[in-house]
Amino acid sequence: MSTLSPQSFVEHAVATSIADDCVVLVHDKTGANLRWANNTLTTNGVMHGVTVTVISFVRTSAGVSTGSVSGSATTQAQVTALVEAADAAARAGTPAEDAADLPRDRVSPTWAEESVPTDVHVYDAFAPALGEAFGRATAADRVLYGFVNHEVTTMYLGSTTGLRLRHVQPTGHYGCTGKTADLTQSAWVGGATRDFTDVDALTMDAALEQRLGWGARQVALPAGRYDTILPPTAVADLMIDAYWYAGARVAWEGQSVYSRRGGGTRIGERIARPGVDLFSDPAYPGLECAPFVVASRSGNESSVFDNGLPLERTDWIRDGELTSLLQTRHSAAMTSQPVTPAVDNLVLSVDGAGGSVEDLVAGTERGLLLTCLWYIREVDPQTLLLTGLTRDGVYLVENGEITGSVNNFRFNESPVDLLNRFTHASATVPSFSREWGDDYFSRTATPALRVPDFNMSSVSQAQ
Amino acid sequence: MSGQQVDPSFLSLPYRRLGDTALARAQELGASHADFRFERVRYQDLAVRDAVLQSASDREDLGFAVRVLHGGAWGFAAGVVLTDEEAVRVAETAVAVARVAAKMTPVPVELAPEPVHADVTWVSAYDLNPLDVPVAEKAAVLVGWTDRLRVGAAVDHASAYLMQVQENKYYADLTGTRTTQQRVRMQPGFEAMGAGADTFDSMSSIAPPVGRGWEYVVGGAPDSWDWDAEVAEVPELLAEKLKAPSVEAGSYDLVIHPSNLWLTIHESIGHATELDRALGYEANYAGTSFATYDKLGSLRYGSGVMNVTGDRTLPHGLATVGYDDEGVETQSWDIVRDGVLVGYQLDRAMGRMKPELAGPDLPDGRSNGCAYADSPGHIPIQRMANVSLQPAPDGPSTEELIGRVERGLYVVGDKSWSIDMQRFNFQFTAQRFYQIQDGELVGQVRDVAYQATTTEFWGSLEAVGGPETWVLGGAFNCGKAQPGQVASVSHGCPTSLFRGVNILNTTDEAGH
Repeated sequence: MSTLSPQSFVEHAVATSIADDCVVLVHDKTGANLRWANNTLTTNGVMHGVTVTVISFVRTSAGVSTGSVSGSATTQAQVTALVEAADAAARAGTPAEDAADLPRDRVSPTWAEESVPTDVHVYDAFAPALGEAFGRATAADRVLYGFVNHEVTTMYLGSTTGLRLRHVQPTGHYGCTGKTADLTQSAWVGGATRDFTDVDALTMDAALEQRLGWGARQVALPAGRYDTILPPTAVADLMIDAYWYAGARVAWEGQSVYSRRGGGTRIGERIARPGVDLFSDPAYPGLECAPFVVASRSGNESSVFDNGLPLERTDWIRDGELTSLLQTRHSAAMTSQPVTPAVDNLVLSVDGAGGSVEDLVAGTERGLLLTCLWYIREVDPQTLLLTGLTRDGVYLVENGEITGSVNNFRFNESPVDLLNRFTHASATVPSFSREWGDDYFSRTATPALRVPDFNMSSVSQAQ
Repeated sequence: MSGQQVDPSFLSLPYRRLGDTALARAQELGASHADFRFERVRYQDLAVRDAVLQSASDREDLGFAVRVLHGGAWGFAAGVVLTDEEAVRVAETAVAVARVAAKMTPVPVELAPEPVHADVTWVSAYDLNPLDVPVAEKAAVLVGWTDRLRVGAAVDHASAYLMQVQENKYYADLTGTRTTQQRVRMQPGFEAMGAGADTFDSMSSIAPPVGRGWEYVVGGAPDSWDWDAEVAEVPELLAEKLKAPSVEAGSYDLVIHPSNLWLTIHESIGHATELDRALGYEANYAGTSFATYDKLGSLRYGSGVMNVTGDRTLPHGLATVGYDDEGVETQSWDIVRDGVLVGYQLDRAMGRMKPELAGPDLPDGRSNGCAYADSPGHIPIQRMANVSLQPAPDGPSTEELIGRVERGLYVVGDKSWSIDMQRFNFQFTAQRFYQIQDGELVGQVRDVAYQATTTEFWGSLEAVGGPETWVLGGAFNCGKAQPGQVASVSHGCPTSLFRGVNILNTTDEAGH
């Protein structure tokens, strides 16, 4: 733990800065993780870090220039050095195009509270069960590979304009890949958690055992368009890309799938099926995240001048219509739209949808059920064409039942197109993106979707 | 090793005292191995859009880590408070974590031996540390680039960026090795965006990131990038791209420039020959490899003209360093020789597991120096060396390679990339694809991606260019491991000719 409180760092920085204004962000983060492969623990660790970011604002006749400096800090002298560097950077800077009045005078009721840590004891129940799962898997000729991570970040935001905001963000996730001993079959389970009380290693292993059992019959299928069930984790993978590429400025300047040909954005256009809602909400149960803007630097989708702006539920797509894009105050003025900054969670829901993945399987005559997607990258921004691969389990569905496992595929698809083409959806449930959930974006809730003509561009031999 | 000195502000930090304190405590508690890393990594990023400085931000990671082997299991802990008490606490935590881990570590971990490097210093090769250059001077260069790009009629918007890193590390372990190192690296770049009648597109710089200093931008080094020339030509290249016809999907011969081929090497060779992946230690995240250990010495990776080396000593390489994060002196070695898999990248634990990779003179094995952690808060893992395709000593020029093609494409600059979790199936795009007809370039085509399987692709390699076509490309932020870590790595290659590669039309793929 740091020897001085985060609040004292904020107050010291605000008092020390000789810039016209100053915003201070303190991230006090602890983490603990376990990693395993080949039925044995491989690495593990506990970490603690305190990062202080000082953003200074200097007004001149030409405008307001800014300087942003971050660093590890555990002493007042280190904070002083950061303040001096940020003040100097702002004085040497050029006027910022996104200059705006800083938000003022809001104080979190919990401002004075201490940081909340985590440590290796978060696995007190999980770790022994994992050891037991290793033994069970070894005895049954299965091999387990996986990772659990738990972090808690206590974030403090203070400013010369009277902001004193605090947010505690627990972030945890688990993922385990199981393979048959001959390494020819692979399965995966994973998810997000806030405290690991809802994660059990033996349940995880049992799910892998069931999935590997589905691989007893192996079917080779060629590339082509297939009736495909995307489970919530795969939908989360795709929707995160649809969200990340939804910057208002880039759309306004004609460079994204959300750009209107001839100029402007597609806000107001129907881009998905009626009944489709894509939204973020800092208060969404189970996915709670920071209810105010935190920005250490300015860019197309963030502005240091917006630090501390309150966040609330934002509809990105409402009833199939594009309603908002990721906006700073600067881009909102540019596009003549409301200010809708990014929020650190994402929910997709479909009106009237219900049931589970299993229900979608039961209603499918012949198709594919995926497990998850991997190595997803943008190919063409005009259509938001993405490429990527299936991973760790593609299953054949025949007459409403899973009848075997299929080879992996590379896909080429646009998530925006998929929101128009799907025919069935399940209820929205907590989900976890295999690709982006670990390090970037773990708070998602999505349904499973059934898409009648999902483009499997080629076969992947990966097992 | 350059003539530069280690930053005095790093040398003034109390890393030696903290290291001695932490190691002594770990030894008292019975650790069979203990290492201590103290790191300060300074980052500075600048971004400019349409001649306006959008952001200039500095960040510094400072802290230390203790890693122990205790009871045959790893334990790791990291902290940021630079006091003796914290050094003791972190060492004790690492041992406590190892005690928990021992219950789930049925096979004790062993490390390949490494000679003691008693007190050595290494600094990478550069002339002027970019972090010592005033921000205003660097921003002015980026603003100038976007100003000049926007003069082009086809350019609606232009952006530019500059990422810079100064990495200082001190490593100490119970055997007595003590290394102090400093590396500098940077990635400048720009992009021009424009719209045609019914399309929009972009054209980016193809300049690689480098282990060099500011001289790479302002000139003065023998192989500095010619930024002025590239800024001048990109608007016209974008204008041509916006008017270019859409490609007809099918099989084409490809002449691939190093600015594109480096990334294919990174994905299909670099990652595939990491021994941790081949042994399953990345199975849950980055994936495994088709190049499994049983195929060593027999896997026909590509054609007979394919020779690939791993090298952590290459001047200006992004993965170049004197000693790795396990105190191993870095090396160079063969990975693919005459088209056959002959080597892997490994760390000390893997070196001990596969001692035959070190040869008969080292019966307990040896790491080839590929351990790396991207911050003081992360555990060293096996990361990529500079993995490079060698040119043919008397090989052809790029023009000669193009001249051998009747119907094909000349591929320049990287863009999107994706490969499966065993490194078989990949799909790449580029900044620009030029059509080749009867040995001549006849203009750009659009909407192109090339898709292949690793061994088929490298098997179709007919010729590699000569040394004059060889360029050192690279990646600034390659991701791997859990918790996720990033690393920088360079890949050199010559212009090369591949026969019969599958080309997709991406508009067709999107169903439009």
